[in-house]
Amino acid sequence: MSILSVNNVNKSFAGLKALNQVNLEVEEGSVHAIIGPNGAGKSTLLNCFVGRLIPDTGTVNFLGQSLLGITPHAINQAGVARVFQTPEIFGDLTLLENVKIPTLAKRDGAFSLRAWSRIDQDSLVTDKAEHILEDVGLIEKRDILAGSLSRGDKRRLELAMCLVQDPKLLLLDEPTAGMSRADTNNTIDLLKRIGERGITKIVIEHDMHVVFSLATKVSVLAQGTVIAEGAPEDMKGDPRVQEAYLGGAHL
Amino acid sequence: MTKQPTARNDLLLMAVFTLAILTMPIWAAPFGAGYPDLLQKFAIYGLFAVGFNILFGLTGYLSFGHAAFLGVGSYTAVWSFKLLSMNVIPAVIFGMMTSGLFALLIGYVSLRRSGIYFSILTLAFAQMSYNLAYSVLTPITNGETGLQLAIGDARILDNMFASEAATAIPATNLFGIEMSGYPGFYFCAALLIIGFYIALRITRSPLGTILKAIKSNQNRMNYTGLNTRPYTLTAFVISGMYAGLAGCLLAVTDPLAGAERMQWTASGEVVLMTILGGVGTLLGPVLGAGIIKYFENIFSSYNDQVLHGIFAFLPDPIENVLVAITGLFVGDGWHLTLGALFMVIVIFLPGGVIEGFTRLYSWVRAKVKQDAGGNSVNNGKSQPQSAE
Repeated sequence: MSILSVNNVNKSFAGLKALNQVNLEVEEGSVHAIIGPNGAGKSTLLNCFVGRLIPDTGTVNFLGQSLLGITPHAINQAGVARVFQTPEIFGDLTLLENVKIPTLAKRDGAFSLRAWSRIDQDSLVTDKAEHILEDVGLIEKRDILAGSLSRGDKRRLELAMCLVQDPKLLLLDEPTAGMSRADTNNTIDLLKRIGERGITKIVIEHDMHVVFSLATKVSVLAQGTVIAEGAPEDMKGDPRVQEAYLGGAHL
Repeated sequence: MTKQPTARNDLLLMAVFTLAILTMPIWAAPFGAGYPDLLQKFAIYGLFAVGFNILFGLTGYLSFGHAAFLGVGSYTAVWSFKLLSMNVIPAVIFGMMTSGLFALLIGYVSLRRSGIYFSILTLAFAQMSYNLAYSVLTPITNGETGLQLAIGDARILDNMFASEAATAIPATNLFGIEMSGYPGFYFCAALLIIGFYIALRITRSPLGTILKAIKSNQNRMNYTGLNTRPYTLTAFVISGMYAGLAGCLLAVTDPLAGAERMQWTASGEVVLMTILGGVGTLLGPVLGAGIIKYFENIFSSYNDQVLHGIFAFLPDPIENVLVAITGLFVGDGWHLTLGALFMVIVIFLPGGVIEGFTRLYSWVRAKVKQDAGGNSVNNGKSQPQSAE
């Protein structure tokens, strides 16, 4: 069964066609990689899934419900979490507080007024937050400010913030961009472990090493259109993909 | 590691704060600030700044129009004295209600933008309110003269129980206790302590953490399933109600209300107080308010004669030069002193006076540790403690 289905989506910016009749079916439980050269429309497509952009035409359905015109926070409440290209975390808050925010969002909804209880005495939230920090290996840093973390740790934290909400769909926008090889491998390991939770994931990635170690299915996007789709091994040798990547130096 | 405040630490903080405020008439006296008029101002503007900090320090929205709520609170309180009763309780309740409603209206519109645009919108609203109070709304505000009490006011509640008509304008009171002098100060002080406690609870609550997160990263917030708009509006209304309460208390201790209370300089003043004391800290705004009101009263009362007295021990020519220079910074020119102080603080202590205390504390700690012998175990707490 597909968790996310994209039908004939078009999106233009000032006459430039960023997405051209895109169709995509993301199977539940799969790790679906979207690859393609710079400017292929990968990020634009992702932004259509989270409510940042609204397609000009076409439909985006998540679990049978249209996502068009729904605000980002409502889409998150429906079960879609997102990791950004540059980790977006709360730099002025401690790691524990960082994870508590999405935990509160999951438990109390988009708005609730809890102005009188102490957050540190909310054992339900604290337990959950500490547990997830343990999972990603950041528990000993729980009381330091998130802004002072290394990039790799920031990414871990951001993942923890997404995972604590038990999302149905996790969107990863270049999760290893700008990382050292060691950090990249750590992140791959972490993502593989998350895979055991059975969360459906969409990964946008440049690094083919990451794609082939994680993905169960690959869609290749070029000039706003899906030009090829299939298992990672098949995509490796596909001439259309080679051409899109100008000789396929990456492959 | 930042040390996390626990419930016990907060209880201690509250106890110390309460004690410090209640004994203020005693310890402020040696500084020449031990008279009720000034003490009342400390408490009132402290309350104003504590509320302002919930919006600015916690949520990260810099409002340049909070004086409007101060003015609304004052006008409402005076109307409550005129129409209902000289008792301060209804004045305080109605003052907070009207300022809260007014904040809901202005906040709803202004919070559509953030950053500088939000600041400009609030400034525009406050200046509009100020000009309206001066002109169109004269029937309500009594324009330039300001809203004052009169012998012939209705005072419905008071007159129901009064046996004879008043022969003079009665004083504001709390069930018979006149709200001038020290009783007035203690009434304001009690409300400051309650207001401070509420701000403390909000800071430590899930709401407070969410507000801090909004300040830290709105983008992440949007993709975390929380709707930021109602949260920022809540912070705006709460801080508007604090400002309204402060405005009420200004009218309680001196029952008149004028439009100049809503002017942008008054809005700017509370920004200065908060930054001077320490943005985002609990105690900072109260300290900042105290410092600014203290300087305003002390330095503005100095004149050339006082200065001649101070420098009398020097030879005449030097004395005259010094008086001529320092004279610029006192009396009407006390704003120069404030400006210089503000610049020094912002440049050297961006975290305000509180940061100064924190640095001093950790410096002394390190010094003590050093003197105690270099072999003491560093337990990882050598970094400055959060001063809240």
